[in-house]
Amino acid sequence: MALLEVNNLEVYYGVIAAIRGISFEVNEGEIVTLIGANGAGKTTTMQSVVGLIPKRGGTVTFDGKDITHTPCHKIVHQGMTQVPEGRRIFQELTVYENLMMGAYSMKDSSGFKNDIEAVYTRFPRLSERRGQIAGTLSGGEQQMLAMGRAIMSHPKLLMLDEPSMGLSPLLVDQVFEIIKDINRDGTTILLVEQNAGKSLAISDRAYVLENGRIVLTGTGEELASSEMVQKAYLGG
Amino acid sequence: MELILSTVINGLSLGGIYAMIALGYTMVYGIAKMLNFAHGDIIMVGGYVIYVFMAFHNPLLAILMAVVFCVILGVVIEKVAYKPLRGASPLAVLITAIGISYLLQSLAQIIFGSANKMVTVYDFGSVTFLGATVQVSALVTLGVTVIVMAALTLFVKYTRIGRAMIAVSEDKGAAQLMGINVDGIITVTFAIGSALAALAGLFYLLKAPSISSTLGAMPGIKAFTAAVIGGIGSIPGAMLGGLLLGIVECISYKITVIAPYTDAIEFSILIIILLVRPTGFLGKKRREKV
Repeated sequence: MALLEVNNLEVYYGVIAAIRGISFEVNEGEIVTLIGANGAGKTTTMQSVVGLIPKRGGTVTFDGKDITHTPCHKIVHQGMTQVPEGRRIFQELTVYENLMMGAYSMKDSSGFKNDIEAVYTRFPRLSERRGQIAGTLSGGEQQMLAMGRAIMSHPKLLMLDEPSMGLSPLLVDQVFEIIKDINRDGTTILLVEQNAGKSLAISDRAYVLENGRIVLTGTGEELASSEMVQKAYLGG
Repeated sequence: MELILSTVINGLSLGGIYAMIALGYTMVYGIAKMLNFAHGDIIMVGGYVIYVFMAFHNPLLAILMAVVFCVILGVVIEKVAYKPLRGASPLAVLITAIGISYLLQSLAQIIFGSANKMVTVYDFGSVTFLGATVQVSALVTLGVTVIVMAALTLFVKYTRIGRAMIAVSEDKGAAQLMGINVDGIITVTFAIGSALAALAGLFYLLKAPSISSTLGAMPGIKAFTAAVIGGIGSIPGAMLGGLLLGIVECISYKITVIAPYTDAIEFSILIIILLVRPTGFLGKKRREKV
Protein backbone atom coordinates (compact mmCIF):
# COMPACT_ATOMS: atom_id res chain seq x y z
CA MET A 1 0.00 0.00 0.00
CA ALA A 2 1.17 3.47 -0.78
CA LEU A 3 2.35 5.61 2.14
CA LEU A 4 1.09 8.75 0.40
CA GLU A 5 -1.69 8.69 -2.13
CA VAL A 6 -2.76 11.86 -3.89
CA ASN A 7 -5.90 11.59 -5.94
CA ASN A 8 -7.11 14.18 -8.39
CA LEU A 9 -5.73 17.07 -6.36
CA GLU A 10 -6.84 20.54 -7.40
CA VAL A 11 -5.47 23.80 -6.00
CA TYR A 12 -6.56 27.28 -6.96
CA TYR A 13 -5.15 30.70 -6.21
CA GLY A 14 -8.32 32.77 -6.36
CA VAL A 15 -9.84 31.84 -9.72
CA ILE A 16 -6.56 30.67 -11.21
CA ALA A 17 -5.98 26.93 -11.32
CA ALA A 18 -2.47 26.08 -10.12
CA ILE A 19 -2.95 22.32 -9.88
CA ARG A 20 -5.48 20.79 -12.27
CA GLY A 21 -6.30 17.39 -10.88
CA ILE A 22 -3.07 15.47 -10.35
CA SER A 23 -2.69 11.97 -8.93
CA PHE A 24 0.48 10.34 -7.70
CA GLU A 25 1.67 8.06 -4.97
CA VAL A 26 4.73 7.45 -2.86
CA ASN A 27 5.37 3.95 -1.57
CA GLU A 28 7.09 3.19 1.67
CA GLY A 29 10.87 3.33 1.36
CA GLU A 30 10.91 5.07 -2.01
CA ILE A 31 12.51 8.27 -3.21
CA VAL A 32 10.00 9.93 -5.53
CA THR A 33 10.71 13.16 -7.39
CA LEU A 34 8.45 15.73 -8.96
CA ILE A 35 10.34 17.59 -11.64
CA GLY A 36 9.12 20.51 -13.66
CA ALA A 37 9.92 24.03 -14.73
CA ASN A 38 9.38 27.16 -12.67
CA GLY A 39 5.65 27.71 -12.16
CA ALA A 40 4.70 24.13 -13.04
CA GLY A 41 3.09 23.73 -9.62
CA LYS A 42 5.68 21.72 -7.72
CA THR A 43 5.80 23.85 -4.58
CA THR A 44 2.03 24.31 -4.64
CA THR A 45 1.60 20.53 -4.74
CA MET A 46 3.97 20.05 -1.79
CA GLN A 47 2.38 22.78 0.31
CA SER A 48 -1.17 21.64 -0.30
CA VAL A 49 -0.33 17.99 0.46
CA VAL A 50 1.13 18.96 3.85
CA GLY A 51 -1.85 21.24 4.53
CA LEU A 52 -0.18 24.64 4.33
CA ILE A 53 -2.46 25.80 1.54
CA PRO A 54 -6.06 24.67 1.05
CA LYS A 55 -7.12 22.11 -1.55
CA ARG A 56 -10.00 22.82 -3.90
CA GLY A 57 -10.68 19.20 -4.81
CA GLY A 58 -9.35 15.67 -4.65
CA THR A 59 -8.17 13.57 -1.73
CA VAL A 60 -4.89 12.92 0.05
CA THR A 61 -4.34 9.74 2.02
CA PHE A 62 -1.32 9.31 4.27
CA ASP A 63 -0.44 6.14 6.12
CA GLY A 64 -3.97 4.81 5.58
CA LYS A 65 -5.69 7.95 6.89
CA ASP A 66 -7.57 10.58 4.91
CA ILE A 67 -5.72 13.85 5.55
CA THR A 68 -7.40 15.94 2.85
CA HIS A 69 -8.81 18.40 5.37
CA THR A 70 -6.41 17.85 8.25
CA PRO A 71 -4.59 21.03 9.38
CA CYS A 72 -0.85 21.11 8.78
CA HIS A 73 0.29 20.79 12.38
CA LYS A 74 -1.76 17.61 12.85
CA ILE A 75 -0.38 16.11 9.65
CA VAL A 76 3.11 16.73 11.05
CA HIS A 77 2.14 14.88 14.22
CA GLN A 78 1.09 11.96 12.03
CA GLY A 79 4.60 11.67 10.61
CA MET A 80 4.93 13.84 7.53
CA THR A 81 7.06 16.94 7.36
CA GLN A 82 8.67 19.18 4.84
CA VAL A 83 11.89 21.04 4.28
CA PRO A 84 10.28 24.07 2.69
CA GLU A 85 11.51 26.02 -0.30
CA GLY A 86 13.99 28.66 0.85
CA ARG A 87 14.71 26.59 4.02
CA ARG A 88 12.76 28.88 6.32
CA ILE A 89 14.84 28.16 9.37
CA PHE A 90 14.13 30.31 12.44
CA GLN A 91 16.66 33.06 11.84
CA GLU A 92 16.68 34.49 15.35
CA LEU A 93 17.05 31.19 17.16
CA THR A 94 20.32 29.32 17.56
CA VAL A 95 21.14 26.16 15.64
CA TYR A 96 20.40 24.14 18.76
CA GLU A 97 17.05 25.88 19.34
CA ASN A 98 16.08 25.30 15.70
CA LEU A 99 16.71 21.59 16.14
CA MET A 100 14.70 21.72 19.34
CA MET A 101 11.78 23.21 17.39
CA GLY A 102 12.13 20.31 14.97
CA ALA A 103 11.40 17.93 17.84
CA TYR A 104 8.31 19.92 18.88
CA SER A 105 5.88 17.23 17.72
CA MET A 106 7.66 14.43 19.63
CA LYS A 107 5.49 13.32 22.50
CA ASP A 108 8.33 11.53 24.21
CA SER A 109 11.28 13.80 24.97
CA SER A 110 13.56 11.02 26.22
CA GLY A 111 15.01 10.42 22.76
CA PHE A 112 15.85 14.07 22.26
CA LYS A 113 19.51 13.85 23.30
CA ASN A 114 20.15 10.88 21.00
CA ASP A 115 18.28 12.47 18.13
CA ILE A 116 20.22 15.70 18.35
CA GLU A 117 23.52 13.82 18.59
CA ALA A 118 22.48 11.85 15.49
CA VAL A 119 21.87 15.11 13.63
CA TYR A 120 25.24 16.47 14.79
CA THR A 121 26.91 13.27 13.54
CA ARG A 122 25.18 13.53 10.19
CA PHE A 123 25.95 17.26 9.92
CA PRO A 124 29.24 17.92 11.76
CA ARG A 125 29.05 21.55 10.65
CA LEU A 126 25.90 22.05 12.74
CA SER A 127 27.65 20.58 15.75
CA GLU A 128 30.43 23.16 15.44
CA ARG A 129 27.87 25.95 15.20
CA ARG A 130 25.26 24.74 17.65
CA GLY A 131 25.25 27.98 19.67
CA GLN A 132 25.27 30.28 16.65
CA ILE A 133 22.24 32.35 15.60
CA ALA A 134 20.84 30.51 12.60
CA GLY A 135 20.39 33.65 10.49
CA THR A 136 24.17 34.06 10.36
CA LEU A 137 24.80 30.64 8.80
CA SER A 138 25.82 30.28 5.15
CA GLY A 139 23.26 29.04 2.62
CA GLY A 140 24.64 25.51 2.67
CA GLU A 141 24.66 25.39 6.46
CA GLN A 142 21.09 26.69 6.54
CA GLN A 143 20.04 23.88 4.19
CA MET A 144 21.75 21.36 6.48
CA LEU A 145 19.95 22.89 9.45
CA ALA A 146 16.58 22.77 7.68
CA MET A 147 17.14 19.08 6.91
CA GLY A 148 18.39 18.33 10.41
CA ARG A 149 15.42 20.15 11.91
CA ALA A 150 13.01 18.12 9.76
CA ILE A 151 14.44 14.71 10.71
CA MET A 152 14.26 15.58 14.42
CA SER A 153 10.56 14.67 14.23
CA HIS A 154 11.29 11.16 12.86
CA PRO A 155 9.03 11.62 9.83
CA LYS A 156 7.76 8.59 7.94
CA LEU A 157 7.61 10.82 4.89
CA LEU A 158 10.05 13.67 4.39
CA MET A 159 9.28 16.14 1.64
CA LEU A 160 12.07 18.36 0.37
CA ASP A 161 11.30 21.39 -1.76
CA GLU A 162 14.25 22.45 -3.92
CA PRO A 163 16.95 21.47 -1.43
CA SER A 164 19.73 22.21 -3.93
CA MET A 165 18.56 25.72 -4.75
CA GLY A 166 21.27 28.35 -4.54
CA LEU A 167 24.01 25.97 -3.46
CA SER A 168 27.48 25.48 -4.96
CA PRO A 169 27.94 22.31 -7.09
CA LEU A 170 29.98 20.70 -4.35
CA LEU A 171 27.26 21.30 -1.78
CA VAL A 172 24.57 20.12 -4.20
CA ASP A 173 26.30 16.75 -4.43
CA GLN A 174 26.54 16.64 -0.67
CA VAL A 175 22.84 17.41 -0.24
CA PHE A 176 21.83 14.60 -2.61
CA GLU A 177 24.16 12.21 -0.77
CA ILE A 178 22.47 13.14 2.51
CA ILE A 179 19.01 12.61 1.02
CA LYS A 180 20.05 9.13 -0.14
CA ASP A 181 21.44 8.49 3.30
CA ILE A 182 18.29 9.58 5.13
CA ASN A 183 16.28 7.34 2.80
CA ARG A 184 18.58 4.40 3.48
CA ASP A 185 17.89 4.83 7.19
CA GLY A 186 14.21 4.17 6.51
CA THR A 187 12.61 7.52 5.69
CA THR A 188 10.46 7.74 2.58
CA ILE A 189 11.31 10.79 0.47
CA LEU A 190 9.25 13.03 -1.79
CA LEU A 191 11.52 15.45 -3.58
CA VAL A 192 10.81 18.48 -5.69
CA GLU A 193 13.70 19.65 -7.84
CA GLN A 194 14.68 21.76 -10.76
CA ASN A 195 17.95 19.90 -10.88
CA ALA A 196 16.38 17.03 -12.84
CA GLY A 197 19.60 15.17 -13.60
CA LYS A 198 20.79 14.80 -10.01
CA SER A 199 17.36 14.07 -8.60
CA LEU A 200 16.40 11.46 -11.20
CA ALA A 201 19.68 9.70 -10.51
CA ILE A 202 18.72 9.03 -6.89
CA SER A 203 14.96 8.50 -7.48
CA ASP A 204 13.07 5.24 -7.62
CA ARG A 205 10.28 6.91 -9.52
CA ALA A 206 9.48 10.38 -10.77
CA TYR A 207 6.67 12.48 -12.17
CA VAL A 208 6.96 15.36 -14.62
CA LEU A 209 4.71 18.29 -13.84
CA GLU A 210 3.72 20.84 -16.49
CA ASN A 211 1.19 23.63 -15.99
CA GLY A 212 -0.42 21.92 -13.04
CA ARG A 213 -0.72 18.52 -14.73
CA ILE A 214 1.35 15.36 -14.62
CA VAL A 215 2.51 14.72 -18.15
CA LEU A 216 4.91 11.83 -17.69
CA THR A 217 5.83 9.25 -15.11
CA GLY A 218 8.25 6.39 -14.78
CA THR A 219 11.30 5.18 -12.91
CA GLY A 220 14.14 7.61 -12.38
CA GLU A 221 16.16 5.84 -15.07
CA GLU A 222 13.33 5.76 -17.59
CA LEU A 223 12.68 9.46 -17.24
CA ALA A 224 16.37 10.36 -17.31
CA SER A 225 16.63 8.64 -20.69
CA SER A 226 13.32 9.88 -22.07
CA GLU A 227 13.69 12.19 -25.00
CA MET A 228 11.13 14.64 -23.70
CA VAL A 229 12.79 15.00 -20.31
CA GLN A 230 16.24 15.29 -21.87
CA LYS A 231 15.06 18.08 -24.14
CA ALA A 232 13.13 20.02 -21.55
CA TYR A 233 15.02 19.51 -18.30
CA LEU A 234 18.44 18.03 -18.94
CA GLY A 235 19.56 20.44 -21.62
CA GLY A 236 20.07 17.54 -24.00
CA MET B 1 17.38 64.94 45.74
CA GLU B 2 14.21 63.74 47.45
CA LEU B 3 12.22 65.06 44.56
CA ILE B 4 14.39 63.21 42.07
CA LEU B 5 14.12 59.96 44.01
CA SER B 6 10.34 60.08 44.33
CA THR B 7 9.96 61.11 40.69
CA VAL B 8 12.11 58.24 39.51
CA ILE B 9 10.22 55.73 41.63
CA ASN B 10 6.86 57.04 40.48
CA GLY B 11 8.14 57.11 36.92
CA LEU B 12 9.34 53.53 37.07
CA SER B 13 6.07 52.48 38.63
CA LEU B 14 3.96 54.21 35.97
CA GLY B 15 6.38 52.93 33.34
CA GLY B 16 5.89 49.43 34.71
CA ILE B 17 2.16 49.74 34.12
CA TYR B 18 2.75 50.99 30.58
CA ALA B 19 5.19 48.16 30.00
CA MET B 20 2.66 45.63 31.26
CA ILE B 21 0.07 46.88 28.76
CA ALA B 22 2.64 47.33 26.00
CA LEU B 23 3.58 43.67 26.36
CA GLY B 24 0.03 42.73 25.39
CA TYR B 25 0.19 44.92 22.29
CA THR B 26 3.60 43.78 21.25
CA MET B 27 3.07 40.05 21.78
CA VAL B 28 -0.21 40.04 19.88
CA TYR B 29 1.41 42.07 17.12
CA GLY B 30 4.44 39.78 17.00
CA ILE B 31 2.39 36.62 16.82
CA ALA B 32 -0.94 37.47 15.18
CA LYS B 33 0.51 40.40 13.18
CA MET B 34 -2.39 42.65 14.19
CA LEU B 35 -2.81 45.78 16.29
CA ASN B 36 -5.39 44.99 18.94
CA PHE B 37 -6.71 48.44 19.72
CA ALA B 38 -9.27 46.96 22.08
CA HIS B 39 -6.40 45.92 24.35
CA GLY B 40 -6.54 49.11 26.47
CA ASP B 41 -10.20 48.54 27.22
CA ILE B 42 -9.40 45.17 28.79
CA ILE B 43 -7.75 47.26 31.54
CA MET B 44 -11.06 49.03 32.12
CA VAL B 45 -12.95 45.72 32.18
CA GLY B 46 -10.44 44.40 34.71
CA GLY B 47 -11.03 47.50 36.82
CA TYR B 48 -14.80 47.02 36.81
CA VAL B 49 -14.50 43.33 37.70
CA ILE B 50 -12.37 44.35 40.68
CA TYR B 51 -14.99 46.99 41.57
CA VAL B 52 -17.78 44.37 41.46
CA PHE B 53 -15.94 41.74 43.49
CA MET B 54 -14.69 44.25 46.06
CA ALA B 55 -18.28 43.94 47.36
CA PHE B 56 -16.87 40.88 49.15
CA HIS B 57 -14.06 42.99 50.66
CA ASN B 58 -11.47 40.49 49.53
CA PRO B 59 -8.81 42.13 47.34
CA LEU B 60 -7.15 38.85 46.35
CA LEU B 61 -10.45 37.35 45.22
CA ALA B 62 -11.24 40.51 43.26
CA ILE B 63 -7.83 40.47 41.53
CA LEU B 64 -8.12 36.77 40.73
CA MET B 65 -11.60 37.24 39.25
CA ALA B 66 -10.38 40.20 37.20
CA VAL B 67 -7.55 38.14 35.72
CA VAL B 68 -9.82 35.16 34.98
CA PHE B 69 -12.56 37.30 33.48
CA CYS B 70 -10.15 39.29 31.31
CA VAL B 71 -8.41 36.15 30.06
CA ILE B 72 -11.75 34.65 29.02
CA LEU B 73 -12.85 37.93 27.46
CA GLY B 74 -9.59 38.31 25.52
CA VAL B 75 -9.77 34.77 24.18
CA VAL B 76 -13.44 35.10 23.23
CA ILE B 77 -12.81 38.41 21.43
CA GLU B 78 -10.02 36.77 19.46
CA LYS B 79 -12.17 33.78 18.51
CA VAL B 80 -15.30 35.71 17.64
CA ALA B 81 -13.98 38.94 16.14
CA TYR B 82 -10.41 38.42 14.91
CA LYS B 83 -10.06 34.78 13.95
CA PRO B 84 -12.63 34.96 11.12
CA LEU B 85 -10.55 37.83 9.71
CA ARG B 86 -7.29 35.95 9.48
CA GLY B 87 -5.99 36.61 6.01
CA ALA B 88 -8.24 39.65 5.58
CA SER B 89 -6.76 43.10 4.92
CA PRO B 90 -5.01 44.67 7.92
CA LEU B 91 -7.38 47.62 7.67
CA ALA B 92 -10.44 45.38 8.20
CA VAL B 93 -8.81 43.90 11.29
CA LEU B 94 -7.86 47.34 12.60
CA ILE B 95 -11.41 48.66 12.16
CA THR B 96 -12.79 45.57 13.89
CA ALA B 97 -10.44 46.13 16.82
CA ILE B 98 -11.54 49.76 17.15
CA GLY B 99 -15.15 48.56 16.96
CA ILE B 100 -14.54 46.10 19.79
CA SER B 101 -12.95 48.92 21.79
CA TYR B 102 -16.09 51.08 21.48
CA LEU B 103 -18.30 48.06 22.15
CA LEU B 104 -16.55 47.36 25.45
CA GLN B 105 -16.69 51.02 26.51
CA SER B 106 -20.37 51.27 25.65
CA LEU B 107 -21.24 48.05 27.43
CA ALA B 108 -19.45 49.29 30.53
CA GLN B 109 -21.39 52.55 30.33
CA ILE B 110 -24.71 50.68 29.96
CA ILE B 111 -23.95 48.40 32.89
CA PHE B 112 -22.24 50.80 35.29
CA GLY B 113 -23.47 54.21 34.14
CA SER B 114 -21.30 57.09 33.05
CA ALA B 115 -20.43 58.43 36.51
CA ASN B 116 -17.09 57.39 37.97
CA LYS B 117 -17.21 54.55 40.49
CA MET B 118 -14.96 54.72 43.52
CA VAL B 119 -13.20 51.62 44.75
CA THR B 120 -10.33 51.27 47.19
CA VAL B 121 -8.71 47.90 46.65
CA TYR B 122 -6.18 48.24 49.41
CA ASP B 123 -4.58 51.21 51.13
CA PHE B 124 -0.87 50.59 51.44
CA GLY B 125 -0.15 54.07 52.82
CA SER B 126 3.18 55.74 52.17
CA VAL B 127 6.75 55.54 53.38
CA THR B 128 9.49 58.09 53.74
CA PHE B 129 12.71 56.86 52.29
CA LEU B 130 15.90 58.98 52.22
CA GLY B 131 13.68 61.98 52.84
CA ALA B 132 11.40 61.22 49.90
CA THR B 133 7.77 60.28 50.49
CA VAL B 134 6.63 57.49 48.20
CA GLN B 135 3.30 55.68 47.94
CA VAL B 136 3.84 52.03 48.88
CA SER B 137 1.43 51.08 46.10
CA ALA B 138 3.93 52.51 43.60
CA LEU B 139 6.63 50.24 45.05
CA VAL B 140 4.27 47.26 44.96
CA THR B 141 3.42 48.03 41.33
CA LEU B 142 7.08 48.27 40.47
CA GLY B 143 7.89 45.04 42.29
CA VAL B 144 5.08 43.05 40.70
CA THR B 145 5.97 44.41 37.26
CA VAL B 146 9.58 43.34 37.60
CA ILE B 147 8.53 39.86 38.70
CA VAL B 148 5.98 39.49 35.90
CA MET B 149 8.43 40.66 33.26
CA ALA B 150 11.15 38.32 34.48
CA ALA B 151 8.67 35.44 34.54
CA LEU B 152 7.45 36.23 31.05
CA THR B 153 10.98 36.47 29.67
CA LEU B 154 11.86 33.09 31.19
CA PHE B 155 8.57 31.61 29.95
CA VAL B 156 9.21 32.66 26.36
CA LYS B 157 12.83 31.56 26.39
CA TYR B 158 12.65 28.28 28.26
CA THR B 159 9.25 26.68 27.83
CA ARG B 160 7.93 24.66 24.91
CA ILE B 161 5.00 27.02 24.39
CA GLY B 162 7.27 30.06 24.72
CA ARG B 163 9.62 28.81 22.04
CA ALA B 164 6.62 27.97 19.87
CA MET B 165 5.58 31.61 20.27
CA ILE B 166 8.95 32.77 18.94
CA ALA B 167 8.67 30.33 16.06
CA VAL B 168 5.15 31.51 15.15
CA SER B 169 6.19 35.16 15.33
CA GLU B 170 9.03 34.47 12.92
CA ASP B 171 7.39 32.21 10.36
CA LYS B 172 3.87 30.82 10.71
CA GLY B 173 4.28 28.31 7.88
CA ALA B 174 7.56 26.91 9.15
CA ALA B 175 6.08 26.78 12.66
CA GLN B 176 3.20 24.64 11.39
CA LEU B 177 5.72 22.33 9.75
CA MET B 178 7.18 21.78 13.22
CA GLY B 179 3.75 20.61 14.33
CA ILE B 180 2.90 23.84 16.15
CA ASN B 181 -0.80 24.66 16.39
CA VAL B 182 -0.67 28.32 15.35
CA ASP B 183 -4.27 29.04 16.40
CA GLY B 184 -3.54 27.59 19.82
CA ILE B 185 -0.46 29.79 20.21
CA ILE B 186 -2.46 32.87 19.21
CA THR B 187 -5.04 31.97 21.87
CA VAL B 188 -2.32 31.66 24.51
CA THR B 189 -0.92 35.03 23.45
CA PHE B 190 -4.27 36.76 23.83
CA ALA B 191 -4.74 35.07 27.22
CA ILE B 192 -1.37 36.29 28.51
CA GLY B 193 -1.90 39.80 27.15
CA SER B 194 -5.34 40.01 28.77
CA ALA B 195 -4.06 38.77 32.12
CA LEU B 196 -1.40 41.49 32.06
CA ALA B 197 -4.05 44.07 31.17
CA ALA B 198 -6.14 42.95 34.16
CA LEU B 199 -3.12 43.52 36.40
CA ALA B 200 -2.63 46.93 34.82
CA GLY B 201 -6.26 47.69 35.73
CA LEU B 202 -5.47 46.80 39.32
CA PHE B 203 -2.43 49.08 39.37
CA TYR B 204 -4.51 51.98 38.04
CA LEU B 205 -7.00 51.50 40.85
CA LEU B 206 -4.13 51.45 43.37
CA LYS B 207 -2.87 54.74 41.94
CA ALA B 208 -6.26 56.46 41.86
CA PRO B 209 -9.31 54.64 43.25
CA SER B 210 -11.75 55.78 40.57
CA ILE B 211 -12.98 54.02 37.46
CA SER B 212 -14.97 54.98 34.38
CA SER B 213 -15.64 53.38 31.02
CA THR B 214 -12.76 55.28 29.41
CA LEU B 215 -10.18 54.27 32.02
CA GLY B 216 -8.27 52.17 29.48
CA ALA B 217 -8.33 54.55 26.54
CA MET B 218 -5.37 56.82 27.32
CA PRO B 219 -3.18 54.16 28.96
CA GLY B 220 -3.89 51.97 25.93
CA ILE B 221 -2.62 54.62 23.54
CA LYS B 222 0.37 55.42 25.77
CA ALA B 223 1.28 51.76 26.01
CA PHE B 224 0.92 51.36 22.27
CA THR B 225 3.30 54.32 21.92
CA ALA B 226 5.67 52.60 24.33
CA ALA B 227 5.51 49.37 22.30
CA VAL B 228 6.36 51.20 19.09
CA ILE B 229 9.18 53.19 20.72
CA GLY B 230 10.68 49.98 22.06
CA GLY B 231 10.16 48.19 18.75
CA ILE B 232 6.81 46.58 18.10
CA GLY B 233 7.00 42.80 18.33
CA SER B 234 9.91 42.90 20.79
CA ILE B 235 9.25 41.87 24.40
CA PRO B 236 12.26 43.62 25.95
CA GLY B 237 11.43 46.56 23.69
CA ALA B 238 7.96 46.88 25.24
CA MET B 239 9.52 46.87 28.71
CA LEU B 240 12.09 49.48 27.77
CA GLY B 241 9.57 51.68 25.95
CA GLY B 242 7.12 51.49 28.84
CA LEU B 243 9.67 52.42 31.49
CA LEU B 244 11.05 55.23 29.36
CA LEU B 245 7.63 56.72 28.75
CA GLY B 246 6.67 56.46 32.43
CA ILE B 247 9.79 58.29 33.57
CA VAL B 248 9.41 61.00 30.92
CA GLU B 249 5.78 61.49 31.97
CA CYS B 250 6.59 61.82 35.67
CA ILE B 251 9.52 64.17 35.09
CA SER B 252 7.49 66.31 32.74
CA TYR B 253 4.67 66.60 35.32
CA LYS B 254 7.14 67.95 37.87
CA ILE B 255 8.33 70.79 35.65
CA THR B 256 5.63 73.44 35.86
CA VAL B 257 6.30 75.08 32.51
CA ILE B 258 5.96 71.94 30.43
CA ALA B 259 3.57 69.97 32.64
CA PRO B 260 0.45 70.82 30.59
CA TYR B 261 2.18 69.53 27.44
CA THR B 262 3.17 66.17 28.90
CA ASP B 263 1.06 64.05 26.52
CA ALA B 264 2.29 66.06 23.55
CA ILE B 265 5.89 65.51 24.68
CA GLU B 266 5.36 61.76 24.93
CA PHE B 267 3.81 61.49 21.49
CA SER B 268 6.55 63.73 20.07
CA ILE B 269 9.08 61.19 21.28
CA LEU B 270 7.19 58.60 19.27
CA ILE B 271 7.33 60.75 16.15
CA ILE B 272 11.04 61.44 16.59
CA ILE B 273 11.78 57.75 17.12
CA LEU B 274 9.75 56.83 14.04
CA LEU B 275 11.73 59.36 12.00
CA VAL B 276 15.15 58.39 13.30
CA ARG B 277 14.70 54.67 13.86
CA PRO B 278 11.43 53.37 12.39
CA THR B 279 11.88 49.91 13.92
CA GLY B 280 12.04 51.36 17.46
CA PHE B 281 14.91 50.79 19.90
CA LEU B 282 14.94 47.01 19.89
CA GLY B 283 12.79 46.26 16.85
CA LYS B 284 14.29 43.99 14.27
CA LYS B 285 14.72 44.76 10.66
CA ARG B 286 13.12 42.03 8.63
CA ARG B 287 15.84 40.31 6.73
CA GLU B 288 14.92 39.71 3.14
CA LYS B 289 14.77 36.03 2.32
CA VAL B 290 17.16 35.06 -0.44
